[in-house]
Parts: sequence; structure tokens; C-alpha cells
Amino acid sequence: MEILVCVKRVPDTAENEIAIKSDGTDIQRDDLVYSVNEWDNYAVEEAIQIRDKVGGSVTVVTVGDSEAEEVLRRQMAMGADNGILLADDAFEGSDGRGIAAILKAVVAKGKYDLVLTGAQADDGAAQVGGMLAAMLDWPYASLVNKIDTGDKSLKIGREIEGGNQEMNEIDLPCVLSIQTGINEPRYVGIRGIRKVASIEIPTYAAADLGVAADAVGPAAARVKRVDYFTPEMGAGAEILEGSMEEKIDKLIELLKAKGGLK
Amino acid sequence: MDFALIPPAHSTFLFIPAFIFYTLLPVAGITFFIYQIVMRLKPMVLAQPDKPVSEILKESPARLMQVLKIWLLQVRQPRYMLAGVIHILLFFGFLILAVRSTELMFVGIKADFSFPFMDGTFGAVYSVIRSYAATWVLVVALMAMYRRLVTKPARYAVPAKYGKPHTAEAVFVLGMICTLVLMESLFEGSLVAAQNQQGMQAHTLAPLTLAWFFELILSSASQSTLQFLHSAAYFLHDVTFFTFLCFLPLGKHFHVVTSLFNVFLMRVRRGNIKPVRYGVSNDQLDNLESFGVKNLEDFTWRHILHFYSCVDCGRCSDNCPANAVGRPLSPRFISIKGRQLVFGRHPFFGPSKVEKAPLIGTTYEEDEIWSCTTCGACEQECPVGIEYIDKIVDLRRGMVDEGMVPQSLQKPLSAIEKRGNPWGKMEKKRGEWIKQLDSEVSVKLLEGGDTTDVLFFVDSITSFDDRMQSIGCATATLLHRAGVDFGILGKGEKDSGHEVRRFGEEMLFQSLREHNTEMIQESGATRIVTADPHTLNALKNDYEDLPPVEHISQFLAKQVRKGLLHFKPSVNGDKVYTYHDPCYLGRHNGVYDDPREVLDAIPGMRRVDMKRCKDRSFCCGGGGLMLFYEPEEEQRMGVLRVKMAEEAGANVIVTACPFCLVNMEDAIKVAGLEGKMEAIDLSELVVAHLAD
Repeated sequence: MEILVCVKRVPDTAENEIAIKSDGTDIQRDDLVYSVNEWDNYAVEEAIQIRDKVGGSVTVVTVGDSEAEEVLRRQMAMGADNGILLADDAFEGSDGRGIAAILKAVVAKGKYDLVLTGAQADDGAAQVGGMLAAMLDWPYASLVNKIDTGDKSLKIGREIEGGNQEMNEIDLPCVLSIQTGINEPRYVGIRGIRKVASIEIPTYAAADLGVAADAVGPAAARVKRVDYFTPEMGAGAEILEGSMEEKIDKLIELLKAKGGLK
Repeated sequence: MDFALIPPAHSTFLFIPAFIFYTLLPVAGITFFIYQIVMRLKPMVLAQPDKPVSEILKESPARLMQVLKIWLLQVRQPRYMLAGVIHILLFFGFLILAVRSTELMFVGIKADFSFPFMDGTFGAVYSVIRSYAATWVLVVALMAMYRRLVTKPARYAVPAKYGKPHTAEAVFVLGMICTLVLMESLFEGSLVAAQNQQGMQAHTLAPLTLAWFFELILSSASQSTLQFLHSAAYFLHDVTFFTFLCFLPLGKHFHVVTSLFNVFLMRVRRGNIKPVRYGVSNDQLDNLESFGVKNLEDFTWRHILHFYSCVDCGRCSDNCPANAVGRPLSPRFISIKGRQLVFGRHPFFGPSKVEKAPLIGTTYEEDEIWSCTTCGACEQECPVGIEYIDKIVDLRRGMVDEGMVPQSLQKPLSAIEKRGNPWGKMEKKRGEWIKQLDSEVSVKLLEGGDTTDVLFFVDSITSFDDRMQSIGCATATLLHRAGVDFGILGKGEKDSGHEVRRFGEEMLFQSLREHNTEMIQESGATRIVTADPHTLNALKNDYEDLPPVEHISQFLAKQVRKGLLHFKPSVNGDKVYTYHDPCYLGRHNGVYDDPREVLDAIPGMRRVDMKRCKDRSFCCGGGGLMLFYEPEEEQRMGVLRVKMAEEAGANVIVTACPFCLVNMEDAIKVAGLEGKMEAIDLSELVVAHLAD
């Protein structure tokens, strides 16, 4: 099975303190560290496991600048066979639909049976997978937490309320958005990344993909970001101050007072 | 020469002269034994290289000293008193009787054979000693059998998941030992009885020895009975002797042969970890196809020798904290399972089965290998010098290389890679803890290229953990009060990587080491002080080309000895202190007395030691990445340790390691001992008792 996994380089939420720039245009990025979006990591692991079971290849693709190459390498160190970097100044400032349009073009360039995305990105809005499927006119299922491979179709699962499982059948080719917990992604060490350091990763610009520059980017965006701010403290909200110990003591006191702890 | 009884060499069996048999048996026995040894050497030859022989020989003085102490004098045996004494008596009995048994072997070929050095006084003295040796060997072999069959110490038990008990093998061998000494003594006793009956000059048998008893019992036996017993005893002795010899390489009794070599080859340095592959330098590591141990062939030849040498005594597992809390690790079975695999793959007859079957998932399990805290209790205990830490780390290197790392460890590893600390806290906040210090205590923050004489290497947990920052503050206060010119690296410091290396992520460790080494060298420091034993061990034993490193307890002990530390008396009358030895300060670096000396210098301090202390200290649960690992276990190591402190009558546990403090404080809560027991770091305690 030929599988394409769409991945994204995002600020690592576990290892950053996110603060907003005073002018509201963006978050402060000076001290950020980046990694592959967590959901995408599960998607790549799933793709590798499917390939190891039924054969084929796994390609990882990302839309980004040259720095995004590091996440491609990391996923290739995990076991993806190929990487594709989609970089063009024209892509910057695209909305979700713009990104989906770029990815649609790369899907069209290859012969893929299955496209996986993460269910959402740490810094995203969970739009691209669905839009990509619609543009390709392929079936789409989201929040997938189980995949059983078949010949022309897949059996896929989704968790529903109460910890229960729903199973669906979907025809290939299709687009799936992958939920965390579908597998246990393998570890990628420094050694693994060094091993793939010299593999050539092709970079495609808008022209290579046959994407019109005005179909993507800020001009084509129909959703425009206008502001970032930290919400005002609302009525009933309280922020605990002090050292960790003091905060914990206060929290326990509060929980006891409101009957949450006995 | 006249014989009171027909000697074996002159007797016949079914008209065939017996000496033919008594010549062929040793030839066949020794030939088969050598064949077995060659076949056992084969897997070692196929294994990975270990330390080059030239380097091993360079360390000969230290190695010979270990042979003298651990092999010959058996100093580790009495750590288990009864079993130890039994073994020492068996061991010396063996050494003494080996000469006699060899002599007896030749007697079957040439009736009046004796070694030239056995004439005269030496021979006479030897004869008395070996008679008593045979006697005590019988007594202790019977005692050992009684232990195996009746007392059944828990540490000999084989849990069902590891297979069948090994009692039968042990009892069979003890039975052979009893047969050997009984037959040797009967052979002699019957002869002396016959000599006395015939009025020949008989040599005096040492009183109360086995031979003496046999002579006493047989003094009036008929000539034919004596002749039968004499011949039969020799026959049985000879057959048993060679059966015993050829039985050794089949199982745990191989240690009789291998232990001498194993002890000679054991580690002479502590606290260090073997290189990824001997003979491959750090900058060639990227060229290696594979890292660590994945298949049997990836172990070094010395590790195979370890498998051969395991005596199955269970002392390692009896001291293993992971085993004690029900984690799926028992070091003894790391060796036993390894041995079974080697024996199965390389049978005595037929070709070796070389199959690339990964060890993890077949012989060993993932959780088993992650369960180890590398505390070193097993290695400290093993009477034949088997090592486990290097094997565990090598197996982990293999798992890391295959991506098999528990999710709970992936986050902290990735955070260390990106931010230099396992919590992913920002680099620029690493030195912020110094803001909590009293304004009079000045710490140089060496972030702008400043230099210092003494560097305080703080490491991650003391820099970032709210509670452990207090250890940093106490250490800084003590250095300041001692008038030391010191600084910290602040954001220039990264995790020392101590556990990163021990969890198998060698390349990440090397990049941390490279970074820190450069920062330390740029700081111009001539000495390094740390309050974290893991850091001490990393900088001392994992890093190279650094100025000398010491732990704050060593620094304080020197101050005490020079009379530079002045304490106010300990006022809390009902407090009883006990010192918990951190593994990486004690067992791995031999610092046991300095912290105790500091504590004892505080007037009025009541201190007791726990039953498990010093080199038998019990791990608190492990440091570094071990804090993040979620093991399968029945209870926490720390809880067991806190209960040991309670048993010792203490209500304050003093540690000298931030990880020990985390684990102890958590364990006190889990054990429900809050208010009854507390934990404190040595540096904090000292600061609290400083005279104004």
C-alpha cells in the first residue's frame, strides 16, 4: 500500500511556555522549541506498521520552510521511506483550505492508496484532512483509533462515548485523520536521525505542483487571523499565587471548602 | 613393595587387568572434559570483543588482588554467614583434596605412585590435613544438602515463570562430593585395617577423620571384605571423579572452573559503563550497523563467561530492590536465561544453531530490562564477580536503537534533547533558583563568559524542582560560608546525562557530555563540586579531561577534619537520625564515611544505621529518568526503605542525593508515616546546624 502522511512542525507544547506577543499578531517565538505534531507522530507510526504488514511505502510530506525538513527527517528515522518538502514563499499565510489545496496537488503527483493526517495540530484547527478529502473527492473518516487492512477497503474504528468502539468500513483510496492512542509510536534517537541525515529530500514549490500562486497564501485565504489575546479574568475565576506548595495548600483548602474533597 | 591388599592397579576384573580400565578412564574423562571446554569456548569466540587483553593485563596488580580477596579468600562469602562458611570449607576442601585426587588417579595405573614432593614432612603434614579436609567436606556437603532439601532458603526458589527448580542438580553434585570423600577415605581406611591385621607397618590415621572411622569399623573385618571394599572404593572414586569433572560444564557447577577467570576479569573500576563497542572510537560510532545487544551474539565474550559462571546462589536477586518490590527483574535469571540460551544454541554435539532471534520478547522482556535502577547491589554481592549493569545498558542500547522505548520515557528524553532537562523547562530559567538565596550569599552566574575557581555543577533536578532547589541553596550557602570562590553555569549547563547513558541513549549522552565539557572548560574551574551523586558519578566516571570533582559531603568532611565547621548542638531531643547511602555516592564511588563523619560532628545528634547500610544500602527507587518510568511493581522501593528506617528506630532519614530525597519524601507519604518520619538532605541539615 502506498501511504502518504501529512505532518507539521509545531511549537512543542510540552516543552514551551506559550505567551502572546503584546501586539497580538502571534505568540512569542524567541525561546520556542519545535517538534513534529503529536497526532502526526501516531499517523506515521500507523503507516509504518501497515507498510510492514502489507508492503508498499510510506511518504511523509509537510508544507513549511526549510526548517520543517527536520521533522521530515525525524519521521524518516522512524521508518518512513520518502520525504517531500513543500516550500514556497507563496504558501506562507495560507488558511486551512490553502494548505489542503497544496496537499491535494502533491497527492495528485503520486499514486497513493491512503492518506493519513493527524486528527489535529497542536497549533491548528483540525480542518485540513477533511478539506483535502473533499478536494480529492475521496472518502474521509476522522478521529480514527484502529485500522484493519483489507484488499480494497479498510475497517476503521472510532472511540465513542463511554469508552465504546465504533467500526466502519471505508473504500480505498481514502483520507483518514488519526487519533492519538492508536499505537505506541517508536522512539527516534539522535543516531536514527543521523542515519538519514544525508538522504535527499525533494522540495516542491508552487510551480512544481502546478498550484497557481494566487490560489494559496494570504490573498486566497478566506479565513483571516485578526488577533491573539489573553482572556480577561472572568467572574468566579481565581488565580492562585505563591510557591508550588502554597498553591497546592490553597487548592486543597478551596476544594475542601466547596465540598470537592472530604 | 608389599601390599596388604591387592592395589587397584594390580587387580583384575573378568580376567582383564584393571589398570587398563584405570588408564583409559582418565584419558577418556580428560579428553571429553577438554572437548566440552572447547565447545564452551566457541560461543565466546563468536561473541563481541571486550576490553583488549593488553589493557586487562596492564591492570594485573588490581586484578590479582581481586583474585586473592574474592576468589581465594572468598571475602564475599560470609555476607551470608552460614552458606558462606559452608562454601569456604567446601572450597578449601576442594583445593586441598585436588592434589590427593590427582595422586589417586595415578595409583590406579602404578600402584606405588606418589608425587615426589609428598615424601618427607610435607607429605606427612598434607596427609593429616587432607584427611580432615575430606571429613569436613562430608559434614558441610551434608549440611548443604539439608539446606537444599529441608531448610530451603527462599533465595534458592525458582519462580514458575523461570522454569523448574534447580534443587536436583545441586543435590546430585553434593551427592557426588560425598561419594568422593567417602570412597577416598574407605580406600585408605580398608588398607590401613588390613595392614594392621597383618602386622605391617601402617601409617597412623588422623583421629576422628573419615578414614580413621572406617579403619575402626573394619578393624576385625575379613581379608576378603577389606579387599572388596578397597577395590570397590577405588573404582567408585575414580568413576565419580570423572563423572564429576565432565558434569561441571553442564550447568551451575561450571563455576568451579570459570570463577577464577571470572574474578580476574571482573571490573576494576566502578561507576563506569562499557563503551558501545570495544575497539570503536566515539567518532566511528556512526558507522556501526547496530547498537547495543539485540541478539545473543551481541554480548561480549566476558558476558558469556558471566553466564557460565553463575552459581545460581540467588544473592544478587536477594539484594535487588527491583526484585524486592515485585518488578519483573531478577538479576540471577538474566544470567540463568542467558546460559540456557547459549547452551541451547551451541550443543556439545552437532552444529551450532546461529539464528538471528531478538533477545527481547524471547529470552528477556522489555519491562524486565527497564526495571533496573543500576543501583549496583547485585554486582556488590556476587561471590564470583558477575556484572549486570553493562548488560542491562547494552540491552537498553539495543532497544533504543530499535525504537522500543516506553512512552513514559520518550517525553523526558526528547525534552533533554531539546532543552537540556527532562521537564522541558526553559534553559534561561536554569539558574533562577539562586534568587531564593539570602542576599549575603553570592553565586557567580557564569553565563556571560566569566570564569571561576570552583564550579558548582547543579544539574537538572536541583535547578528546576521546587523542593530540590533547597539543596542547591544549602550547598551554595555552605560553599559561601567556607569562603569558596564559586559559580554556576546557569543556562550554559545541561543535564549531565547520567541516566541518559544508563537508559541506553548513548548518542544523546555524548552530545550532552560534549556540551558540558566545553562549558566547564570555558569556566576555567580548577575544581567541581556537586550535591548530586549522579552528577558526581557522571563527571567522574563518564566524562573525561575534567578538573577533579567532589560531592558536597566530601567537601564538608574535609572542613570538619580541619575544624573549620562550627555547629550548634542538635536540640531536638526526640529525633533519631539515620543516614541512607545513595547508590551513586556509596557503592559506585565508595563514599560511605564522609557523610557520617559530618553528621557525627554535630553535637548531640543521635544517629543509628539501618541494617541495610553502606555497600548493602537499598535503592530508594532510582534517579534521573527512573523518576519518569512507570514500572509494574507491587510497591515502591522507597516505601520499603522508609520502613527499614523505622525498624532501625530512626525518625529522620538523612540523604545526600536529590533523587533519594524525592523518593523518600514520596514514600513517607505513601507509607502513611507523615508526621512520624521525615527526610532531609545532608546539606540542608548542616546549614540548619551551622553556628552563627
